[in-house]
Amino acid sequence: MKIHIKNGRVIDPASNTDRVQDVFVAGSKVVALGDAPGNFLANRVIDATGLVVCPGLVDISARLREPGYEYRATLVSEMSAAVAGGVTSLACPPDTDPVLDEPGLVEMLKYRAKTMNKARVFPRGALTVGLKGEHITEMAELTEAGCVAFSQADTPIVNTEVLHHALQYAATFGFPVWLQPRDAFVGRKGVAHDGEVATRLGLTPIPVTSETIALATILQLARDTGARVHIARISSGAGLNMVRDARAHGLSVTCDVSINHLHLCDTDIGYFNPHCHLMPPLRSQSDREALRQGLADGSIDVLCSDHTPVDDDGKQVPFDEAEPGATGLELLLPLTLKWGSEMGLPLAKTLSRITADAARVLGVDHGRLVVGAAADLCLFDPEAWSRVSRENLLSQGKNTPFLGLELPGKVRYTLVDGNVVFEAKPNT
Amino acid sequence: MNQQPEQFPDAEDLCRELAAMMRPHVTSDTALVGIHTGGVWLAQRLHAELGITQPLGSLDVSFHRDDFSRTGLKPGLKASSLPCDIEGAHVILVDDVLYTGRTVRAAVNELFDFGRPASVDLAVLVDRGGRELPVCARFCAHTLTQPLPASQNLQLERGEDGSLTLRLLGE
Amino acid sequence: MRNPQLNGHGELQHLLTIEGLPRDILLSILDTAAPFTEVAEREVKKIPLLRGKSVFNLFFENSTRTRTTFEIAAKRLSADVINLNINTSSTAKGESLLDTVDNLAAMHADMFVVRHASSGAPFLIAEHLARTGRDHIHVVNAGDGRHAHPTQGLLDMYTVRHYKKDFSNLVVAVVGDVLHSRVARSEIHALTTLGVPEVRVIAPKTLLPTEVERLGVRVFHDLKEGLKGVDVVMMLRLQNERMQGALLPSRQEYFKEFGLTQEKLDLAKPDAIVLHPGPMNRGVEIDSAVADGGRAVILPQVTFGIAVRMAVMSMLAGH
Repeated sequence: MKIHIKNGRVIDPASNTDRVQDVFVAGSKVVALGDAPGNFLANRVIDATGLVVCPGLVDISARLREPGYEYRATLVSEMSAAVAGGVTSLACPPDTDPVLDEPGLVEMLKYRAKTMNKARVFPRGALTVGLKGEHITEMAELTEAGCVAFSQADTPIVNTEVLHHALQYAATFGFPVWLQPRDAFVGRKGVAHDGEVATRLGLTPIPVTSETIALATILQLARDTGARVHIARISSGAGLNMVRDARAHGLSVTCDVSINHLHLCDTDIGYFNPHCHLMPPLRSQSDREALRQGLADGSIDVLCSDHTPVDDDGKQVPFDEAEPGATGLELLLPLTLKWGSEMGLPLAKTLSRITADAARVLGVDHGRLVVGAAADLCLFDPEAWSRVSRENLLSQGKNTPFLGLELPGKVRYTLVDGNVVFEAKPNT
Repeated sequence: MNQQPEQFPDAEDLCRELAAMMRPHVTSDTALVGIHTGGVWLAQRLHAELGITQPLGSLDVSFHRDDFSRTGLKPGLKASSLPCDIEGAHVILVDDVLYTGRTVRAAVNELFDFGRPASVDLAVLVDRGGRELPVCARFCAHTLTQPLPASQNLQLERGEDGSLTLRLLGE
Repeated sequence: MRNPQLNGHGELQHLLTIEGLPRDILLSILDTAAPFTEVAEREVKKIPLLRGKSVFNLFFENSTRTRTTFEIAAKRLSADVINLNINTSSTAKGESLLDTVDNLAAMHADMFVVRHASSGAPFLIAEHLARTGRDHIHVVNAGDGRHAHPTQGLLDMYTVRHYKKDFSNLVVAVVGDVLHSRVARSEIHALTTLGVPEVRVIAPKTLLPTEVERLGVRVFHDLKEGLKGVDVVMMLRLQNERMQGALLPSRQEYFKEFGLTQEKLDLAKPDAIVLHPGPMNRGVEIDSAVADGGRAVILPQVTFGIAVRMAVMSMLAGH
């Protein structure tokens, strides 16, 4: 299959490219930019006039809910949602049922995902067996089965000695460890940021210290063990400053933020909107400003969807009983563009946070649009706005605080390995 | 839109007329009970004029109105106050204007929540016609020859000096 | 965002929280409640305003006392009252909150009186009814989690106004476990909305929520200091389970530091009144001598509570 993508605005953040030119795809690769290679006879020509052509998006955290939670979402639904959102590579946390703590489960997931011919899936394995924080998993075996990193999802390890040993063991092999900074006790029954909103609404609070106490432990252990640590879902300005300080003192630690925390804060809970029940909780407006700035200045490496499909039964309950999380695969691009334009950033820099930077943090060879790279591409119309609605979302999870909002950026085509895996219906 | 049509006699004159009609029937057992708001003003006048010894009562009929489910509670709800013993009393209910009879029905219901009177009579200043219930005033100072249209509202008003006037509101 | 408890005409559609209710509405509830206090003194303690209406007491959390006061209020208004203690029936069988609501709505409920352990549960019910085109059914919050207990707040305001006439020159202290108290939140919102110039909260730091001063209160950690010059003392109930979770060391120490005794009450104004939402823990948050003393208005609160609930139900049913 040979595809000629004509006249698009080609943006590759990794090589700092931003110019209107043609892209030529043959087989699974990008074979030329600008002029057609000799003898190039396209099977298909895509007119990309007015569209941005960029590397396929890399979402470093999206829950696919398989195995175990198929009533919330399935691989079929969520992989369709991914490519409809321009996401060509995604990493998923191990909090499935059963937990991804055995090589067989990882292999099965990778195999199932591959047969769908949609996005690439990179599982993170469980750091401890059953995420229980007691015994470390067979990390080498799991890596061989396809895990790209190890994590506890959002379950903290209570026993700090276990965390210490888990980091030492991972460091032995150079395996990355992803940790969400959350104290096992402080605010463990909480459902909202400890501030005026939680006080008014009478919601059990989660103080910022839940994040900072855990961060202090994680950063100290990262220093001591030399483990490659990634801080997942930073939520507060205070937490961000600790990461900044650690980096300034030479610790090579990376971190990410979710699209929800970049755009929302605790006041958005309004009258107990269960879609704003997220983990970590939406924090104050000043925290949100710090995160937006931190992502712009590079203190935060990556933006992710933290895609968490929850069925209506899980949300149509009182706020504190609602399952935390929001759907996000299809909102990653629009909400990234919204942030970038509000911050006045060039498009290449904006997109870097969900392409080149994301691939770097994930340690995968994607997120680039250069000759010779895999033809994972996203073609989107930056001027098209659309409303977030239950009907428009392909994900089985319709749970998002952004329902009803008009957002910029409409994905027109998504290519993975040189195949068109998503094509928007005309006039949508 | 306020007007004082000439066919209405002066409220003060009517008040005196009403008192004169009632005087022969007043005994030491007579209890006067005014219906909020105009009826209470009128009852206060009559109570003094007739030298009634039983303390004056007042009723707010809101709790027994039959249009509650359509219009809800009216603002300015007052408590009913019946300092006289209703059980076995000879009650004269007093209202300013008699119209559909629904207020009187509600007032009788309200009254019976406080006890069982020996008899209940009704005294009004004006009967404007338009009855919807089998209600009749024993004492009535003035009856309009032509019933007023429903769009018009006739009510008693009290000036700062305590003087009473009848006022016609609406088309 | 429209206040979900007001209808398109700005009238009370549901009573979910005092926060955000206009002062006029609070005052009109208090004004309306006054004539209802007199109904209890009649030969016939029943008026027909809610005749033919079905009021469902939906109690997902046990509270015999609150349920009883709502039941009496509804019955004095001639409503049919159906009591459901759900923690012992359907949710134990796994029925969801909204399924329960749908079932009862299908039985032609006119009003739900809801008590729930989760903050915001009555909002969820009201939104669900609106979304499904059944907003003729009214919801009254009878206490949700730590969030609100609006009828308690209103009856406390009624009591304060009964004894003090005017809100505009009062100093009011709310004493005790503000952190876990829906009563405290409703009282604070009501007091500030009604124009009380100084509202104090007095509690140890473990029993105060973060940024409580943003609700418009002055914070005291010393009961003696906080009671000085106070017109109204609003005591809060201290639940026994607060002794767990390291919030307090013991009932004894709490009583010594934060229990209201006559000696401490003497620091308040000589005509200060003492309120308590009940049930009281004598010897924990309040000394018996104060609870039974001349300054306590705790039993009048209960009487006024019926009238306030009758007024609220009547106002809702009339819209």
